[in-house]
Amino acid sequence: MAESTRKGSLEIVDVKRALRFGTVFVIEARLRTMAHWFWSLLTSSLLNPFFYLMSLGIGVGTFVNSRVGSVGVDGVKYIVFLAPALLSAVAIQDFMGEVTFPVLQGFKWHRTFFAMNATPITGRQIALGTYFASMARTIGSVVIYFGVLSVFGAINPASSWPMIFTSLYAASCFSALMMAAAAAAKNDDLFLNVMGRLLIMPLFLFSGTFYPLNSIPAPLRIIGWISPLWHSTELGRWVSYGHEISPAMIFIHFAFLSILLVVGLLWAFNRFEYRLSK
Amino acid sequence: MAKGLTKKYLDFVAVNGIDFAVRRGESFGFLGPNGAGKSTTMRIIAATLTRSSGEIKILGKDPELSGPEIRAHLGVVPQQDNLDEALTVYDNLYIYGRYFGLSRKYIRTKIEELLEFAQLTEKRDAKVEALSGGMKRRLTIARALINEPEILMLDEPTTGLDPQARHILWDRLFRLKEQGVTLLITTHYMDEAEQLCDRLMVMDKGSIMAEDSPSELIKKYSTKEVLEVRFGSDRNSEISNQLHNLCERIELLPDRILLYADDAEKVLEEIRKAGMHPLTSLVRRSSLEDVFLRLTGRSLVE
Repeated sequence: MAESTRKGSLEIVDVKRALRFGTVFVIEARLRTMAHWFWSLLTSSLLNPFFYLMSLGIGVGTFVNSRVGSVGVDGVKYIVFLAPALLSAVAIQDFMGEVTFPVLQGFKWHRTFFAMNATPITGRQIALGTYFASMARTIGSVVIYFGVLSVFGAINPASSWPMIFTSLYAASCFSALMMAAAAAAKNDDLFLNVMGRLLIMPLFLFSGTFYPLNSIPAPLRIIGWISPLWHSTELGRWVSYGHEISPAMIFIHFAFLSILLVVGLLWAFNRFEYRLSK
Repeated sequence: MAKGLTKKYLDFVAVNGIDFAVRRGESFGFLGPNGAGKSTTMRIIAATLTRSSGEIKILGKDPELSGPEIRAHLGVVPQQDNLDEALTVYDNLYIYGRYFGLSRKYIRTKIEELLEFAQLTEKRDAKVEALSGGMKRRLTIARALINEPEILMLDEPTTGLDPQARHILWDRLFRLKEQGVTLLITTHYMDEAEQLCDRLMVMDKGSIMAEDSPSELIKKYSTKEVLEVRFGSDRNSEISNQLHNLCERIELLPDRILLYADDAEKVLEEIRKAGMHPLTSLVRRSSLEDVFLRLTGRSLVE
């Protein structure tokens, strides 16, 4: 810190560069943070599908297959029916986790977003950076999951690969909305409770994950219709094993998810800028 | 720099039409009790809070129009440390440097300098959550220096620190001042204000009460010396009536009486001559605390 070394920010900081690449710098910081948990993230990404497939795919599957016989569930073996749902679920879960907890931390727990915003970084860049970093991590876990599903014979990787994209797209759309909700949440405990108990559990149970949606009572199907997991799973089944689905429904699935994406991102930008300028 | 600056919340005016100007290289302090509007003013200057009315220019730019451009040249130390607790000391500095778009090479060199400056070289790989309060504070300050800011803004830099940690910090800040960094400091500690600031703005309830150098403020608003006497809490007010004519000004506090005079020893002698015997007495020089008391009728640290 000798006097001679000081040049001053007017010389050191390239303001244009800082403004242009703000989002990239946020992504870099987020990934650097995640890198600290790299091994535990990798381990859980590998073990999670393994245990699910062992217990549900093979365990429950043996029972289901013995009941339905050669007809199968939706015309296929239970594990094949289940695979797209599991892939969708893990995509949503991971993507959502990386855009909700860091947002609560940034605004509330450690107030790190305020520190970021004291630099040239803007609220919108923080939102986008957090979002894309989460996407990068989710791509990783979805690809790993896809690999494990292939090993278990739950999918045919050669023909099922578009499922990676449908799962990822659905997770991206829903997570945009969840990121905004996390930014809007005043009470973090309440937010986490509602998210965990009233959102994740019902979505997982009533989205046609473990059985076709039309096998449950009509009123409960409504939960499935508004569930991103159901839309994602339907698309996944379509691309994975040719689950029958009308072009109109394909359009509806994509449209529904896209609306979540647009609304979610706009709301998130708004909430980020608002929270930071309060 | 600022003219008629105002910040209103729904039913509360945090900053009420204040005017002030800070010169480059100056060390400028906002002194006032909690809730005076110091932090609000700082956040408006830091281009992270919008104003309700008035004008302000930072480095010649309007913070509402050029927020990021202004922030590129600021170093901000908020009242509450907002370090990334899950990361190491080194990584906190590193990612912060990246937010300014600084090159990795520059940052790596700069971090070594800053670690030394903040006396955290040995803690470089420690997680922030394991640091003491003083270390965190120094790290927050080091972080704010990564871009060699033109203006360093410190909101209550030493609140909650032990005396030794405070003195280390003051020493560091003093060095920055010598290098020509503009310092903007809020504090409710008068000793801090006296130590660090060339010029002070005394604030209370969103308004400016006075503005000058610490010594001028004392000269203007107080006497050279102060005599503090105690007669016991129940007798203080009764006796203070008899003391009025012995000094220039008198302040009756719950636990003691302050008598303002240029020669406080003499006043004490006269009190004794008059047959009054205080339980304790103290002669001291006037401080900013006295200035504040005079200006607001209230004590600075409540």
